[in-house]
Amino acid sequence: MSAYFIRLISALGHLVTSRIDRLGLAARFAGLLLLSLRIALGRLSLIFREVYFSGVRSLSIVAVSGLFVGMVLAVQGYEVLQRYGSAESLGVIVALSLVRELGPVVTALLFAGRASSAVTAEIGLMRATEQLAAMDMMAVDPISRVVAPRFLAAIFSMPFLAAIFSTAGVIGAWIIGVKLIGIDDGAFWSQMQANVDVRIDVLNGLVKSIVFGTSVGLISVFEGYFAAPTAEGIATATTRTVVISSLSVLLLDLLLTVMMFRGLS
Amino acid sequence: MTSFHEPEMIALKDVCFSYSDRPILNGIDLTIKRGEIIAIMGGSGGGKTTLLGLIAGRLKPQSGSVLVNGLEVPKLRQTELYGLRRKIGMLFQFGALFTDLNVFDNVAFPYREQTNLPEEMIRTLVLLKLEAVGLRGAKDLMPAELSGGMARRVALARAVALDPSVMLYDEPFTGLDPISVGIIGRLIKRLNRALGMTSVIVTHDLNETLRLVDRVVVLSQGKIHRDMAPEEIRSTDDPFIRQFADGLPDGPVPFHYPGHDYWSELMGQ
Repeated sequence: MSAYFIRLISALGHLVTSRIDRLGLAARFAGLLLLSLRIALGRLSLIFREVYFSGVRSLSIVAVSGLFVGMVLAVQGYEVLQRYGSAESLGVIVALSLVRELGPVVTALLFAGRASSAVTAEIGLMRATEQLAAMDMMAVDPISRVVAPRFLAAIFSMPFLAAIFSTAGVIGAWIIGVKLIGIDDGAFWSQMQANVDVRIDVLNGLVKSIVFGTSVGLISVFEGYFAAPTAEGIATATTRTVVISSLSVLLLDLLLTVMMFRGLS
Repeated sequence: MTSFHEPEMIALKDVCFSYSDRPILNGIDLTIKRGEIIAIMGGSGGGKTTLLGLIAGRLKPQSGSVLVNGLEVPKLRQTELYGLRRKIGMLFQFGALFTDLNVFDNVAFPYREQTNLPEEMIRTLVLLKLEAVGLRGAKDLMPAELSGGMARRVALARAVALDPSVMLYDEPFTGLDPISVGIIGRLIKRLNRALGMTSVIVTHDLNETLRLVDRVVVLSQGKIHRDMAPEEIRSTDDPFIRQFADGLPDGPVPFHYPGHDYWSELMGQ
């Protein structure tokens, strides 16, 4: 019994220390990444290339998802609003939901599944096939050349993708609300224009997108860079990227929402 | 610090290295003269690739010194290390070509990253290097379209792009057909002579290697077992080298991984 207890304590201790160890590794990696950003920003062509692979190629999934989410919000929102005779407020409800919350959050979740997982797998495979080692041997820092452009691409892409998601969502809500249900077109747009604030709603949504982009980007490159050089190692790293990115986005969203909208009412 | 004019290009003194608590190299003393081609041989997991990692500064020894071109490699800062690495080329076991770049761009990579040469001059240099390895006609192919031997030759062209003083080869013949082995072997010898390089080859391929090298260093159990001329390998009666050279399954390197007594284990005792 005591031997079993000691083994349990030992396993628990190992779990805690290994997690702290990994956090320390991530912090050190983030520091190296920050130091390399100056060099990476001097080579915009590399960043644009990654923006194309991560951002531009995610456009279709983000736009289509936004459209459907907006449509669903319109159906659900109308069902509640018409009970109180304020169906014309549908445009405001949908726009605020999208710009403040769903745009940044769902885009970040989609980005984690579509682009970040691919970045992790790509960097992990480059490591497994010694491409990063070859680069290092040619006196080219893999963090500046490979990691930093992918990290920056996530930060640059996310606000644009979130904006496209929200725009597509509003269009989806307009199709359902105005074209199919018959809400007044003028009321739909004018209420939205009157009640969506650029600083409180749009700017805060933009800040959220940038924070999510930083978080998802950092997790994807970190997991790829330290993936075990085996098929299983890369599969595990890719899964970890999606899971940890998704959880971090939701946690950061909670913290940011509390910080941004506390006391506004 | 040694002078740049001293004959040694690489000098390891009493080098010890271990991964966590698993010792790999234990008190290695090795000197390699300028222009020499030496082979590092030994059983799998014997520390051959680790030795290359130490020379290239990719690994740091727990103790001892590693001098390359007069510089104490483990003590160099990253910028100094990168300065040294511009003079070191390395051919990786499976080439390590960048899979998103074609053959031309792979060979052009060191020029584009390390020099300010105009694109027209880079084109000429890349074509010269590709011609040297016989693959000028394959310049537009992607790495996935190359055979193992071709990929190794492209990687060799890339590794010597900046005309290094030292070339490190990590098992350059592994997985190649006999024709490709012969081609790579001849290229190593020719490039070494043409560029005046010092070459270190980690390999298991005895036949091809003995034709190429000036010396053979045999590693066993983390130490240098023998340092000999290639012709001695064929005639020596050293049991470890005989087992290695003749491909004997059992000998100083046992066939069986250490375990419990066979009979007791079968009987479940």
